[in-house]
Amino acid sequence: MGAWLVSIEGAISQGIIYGIMALGVYITFRIMDIADLTVDGSFALGSCLCAALMVNYGMNAIVALILSLGAGILAGAVTGFLHTVLEIPAILAGILTQIGLWSINLRIMSGAANITLLNQKTIFTSLVERTGWTQASVVLVIGLVIVAILVIILYWLFGTEIGAALRATGNNEHMIRALGVNVKWTKVLALMISNGLVGLSGGLVCQMNKFGDINSGTGSIVIGLAAIVIGEMFMKKCLSFGSKLVSAVLGSMIYFVIRAIVLRLGMNPNDMKLLSAVLVAVALCIPVLAGKWKMKHSYIEGGE
Amino acid sequence: MLELKNVKKTFNKGTVNEKPALQGVNLKLNDGDFVTIIGGNGAGKSTTLNMIAGVYPIDEGKILLNGRNITHMPEHKRAKYLGRVFQDPMKGTAAGMEIQENLALAYRRGERRGIRWGVTKEEREKYHESLKILELGLEERMSSKVGLLSGGQRQALTLLMATLKKPELLLLDEHTAALDPKTAAKVLEITERIIEKNNLTAMMVTHNMKDAIRLGNRLIMMHEGRVIYDVSGEEKKKLQVADLLQKFEQASGGEFANDRMMLA
Repeated sequence: MGAWLVSIEGAISQGIIYGIMALGVYITFRIMDIADLTVDGSFALGSCLCAALMVNYGMNAIVALILSLGAGILAGAVTGFLHTVLEIPAILAGILTQIGLWSINLRIMSGAANITLLNQKTIFTSLVERTGWTQASVVLVIGLVIVAILVIILYWLFGTEIGAALRATGNNEHMIRALGVNVKWTKVLALMISNGLVGLSGGLVCQMNKFGDINSGTGSIVIGLAAIVIGEMFMKKCLSFGSKLVSAVLGSMIYFVIRAIVLRLGMNPNDMKLLSAVLVAVALCIPVLAGKWKMKHSYIEGGE
Repeated sequence: MLELKNVKKTFNKGTVNEKPALQGVNLKLNDGDFVTIIGGNGAGKSTTLNMIAGVYPIDEGKILLNGRNITHMPEHKRAKYLGRVFQDPMKGTAAGMEIQENLALAYRRGERRGIRWGVTKEEREKYHESLKILELGLEERMSSKVGLLSGGQRQALTLLMATLKKPELLLLDEHTAALDPKTAAKVLEITERIIEKNNLTAMMVTHNMKDAIRLGNRLIMMHEGRVIYDVSGEEKKKLQVADLLQKFEQASGGEFANDRMMLA
């Protein structure tokens, strides 16, 4: 039983840190209606940059995280530039940035595929030393604080004039252009904020796992999407913007708990990505199929 | 006010689908003019409005608005001076946002958008008053999502949004064409009321000749990308649908048979 509790606690803290990425994906996928595949690249960018800065340059953990955030913002700006100025379809623009980032990430780590944080102080270690809690508990606490701050900032941001223009761009581009907003700029801005969060999440995962890895981003867009759809399933009734942000983080936590359980039950870890993909596909198609079924069965025989 | 000088536009230039849409449009609007624009399909009515709004760049000519040359100004910058309502009721509002949020977006048309709160409390009171002019009871549903409204309600709301911050020119592109006759009449009534109350200069494309005659102080007929008839004042008041049909027939060489027109 103890082992179960430990792995569930670990899963929840992991879910919170990945939840920051889910917040980023939520901005593009749900608010802007863009499927942004930059995420896989910008997540790894955050992870690799954080590890390289801390190990190779002895940088402070917090400064490294801020730079991970900044690097993610930059990656989002590149995708935004490709998509809006050069008019490359959003999905392709994201893939191009993602592929390009692979090489950049390797260069950041001076050609190494991964870098391990050995004795570096992460943002978690000092609290571990001071309180004697487990690493997972500390990640849980610090993660919750960071998530709370980010949700408040995002809630505020999307309530401002700029934020309203961002939401309107995702809702009806045509309309907001006629109201004098340069939608190229709003799209770039949304991609920057989104990927900034993803980069930050990547940096935090690097400090949590104590290594930065070139492959850490692979499949993260699917995790982000899974978190969003799971969160929406569990918080169907909550329609306010703030609760939708919370639902993305909650969804991420549930996703990692499910994952921990199936792995504990003896599933091959290699099958995890397949499970994630199936989970997202099922969750995305349920509303569509349910709607069709409803329409078909609301038919009443008549015409006599 | 508005001046179009020899405005030309050809779509798909240099391909087999080449279509000359505007072949030298000249038009001068006076302050307070309410112009109705009629013409067959493909006459260039909507294209004219789109060129004024800057949806596409023009090939030749000049567009001046109150002395400003806006020929090369991008669409989102021209928006500062223009209020627009489209044929499709879905196009003018953000369905996933609240009525008051839509109004707040429109209230800031052409303004710099900063990090001030998107909808303030004083604004809400103002919108509550403004919505009353529509007589649709929307002032009591300000935090409802626009997606819950009917096409007619959305179109009326778009109209209010287009004029919430007084535009120099209001462009109405067949804004009642997608509505049922009763709703269309209602939206037209609101249109008249808003234009009169705010003393706006407006251009309205319509397929309904009776409306074109009844509304506004000036009527323009377009054919094959040109203005072929421009009538205002007393002369316009005396116009009959039969006169317009005759004009159409003359212009199209007697083979006039646009059934949308005939039905109007």
